[in-house]
Amino acid sequence: MFRETIFYLLIVVAGTSGELCVTRAMKTIGEVTDFRPMALIRVVFRAMKVGWMWLGLGQMALAFFALLGMLSLENVSLVIPVTALSYAFGALGGRFFLGERVTRQRWAGVLLVCIGVTLVFLGKG
Amino acid sequence: MKPEAGLRFKTYLLLFLMVVFGPLGDVLLSKGMKRIGTLTSWGPLDLLRFFENTFTSVVVWFGIGSLLSFFIAYILVLSWADYSYVQPASSAAYGVVALLGYLILRETVTPMRWAGILIICLGVFIVGHTLPRTTEP
Repeated sequence: MFRETIFYLLIVVAGTSGELCVTRAMKTIGEVTDFRPMALIRVVFRAMKVGWMWLGLGQMALAFFALLGMLSLENVSLVIPVTALSYAFGALGGRFFLGERVTRQRWAGVLLVCIGVTLVFLGKG
Repeated sequence: MKPEAGLRFKTYLLLFLMVVFGPLGDVLLSKGMKRIGTLTSWGPLDLLRFFENTFTSVVVWFGIGSLLSFFIAYILVLSWADYSYVQPASSAAYGVVALLGYLILRETVTPMRWAGILIICLGVFIVGHTLPRTTEP
């Protein structure tokens, strides 16, 4: 159980925190408007020059290996939904780290997602 | 097309790609990892063998390719849309994961789990009706 708890914590905390850093990096790059393949490759290269991107990718890699470990222990339809507990953490991060306006409607949606995730967890066959 | 309609269209399109490639990658990884088996010992040689088996598996590599496609769609959409919008909106993927797990991996999905997935989808629907971008471009 201890091993599973560590894996879940890494997946949720490192995963969400990494995504927040990646978002900050992409906001630094600016809105992508050209979707031709070469333009997309250029965007990826530009993104790779932003420090936030590497910080985010490092944390996401940690979460990814924890996910691999967890998938070797449990069913995918249980493991993946439980990672959605990061939604509450993500909405807070969006509000305070990225300065986004998280409206009541958006919070309601996030709350429903969390409830749904809990049911998915309790409904383990 | 009005600017807001255009913004919603390209946001929905990339979210769709994320919802397809993300679960597909997860299911492929799961299939690959189940074939490799559980990591029973944390000794250096066992770990090395575990990583060798993982990264020589074709199924795992297809899973990684699918997740890479997901990631590119993900960073592109984050260049204009809120993280607090994209993250919950993309959770429709959980329904797809359960469906793929049920259809491809023959996993059991209980009625309670289906109910949870329906509630997640309702949450996604509500979030999807908020503005994708609340910060200055």
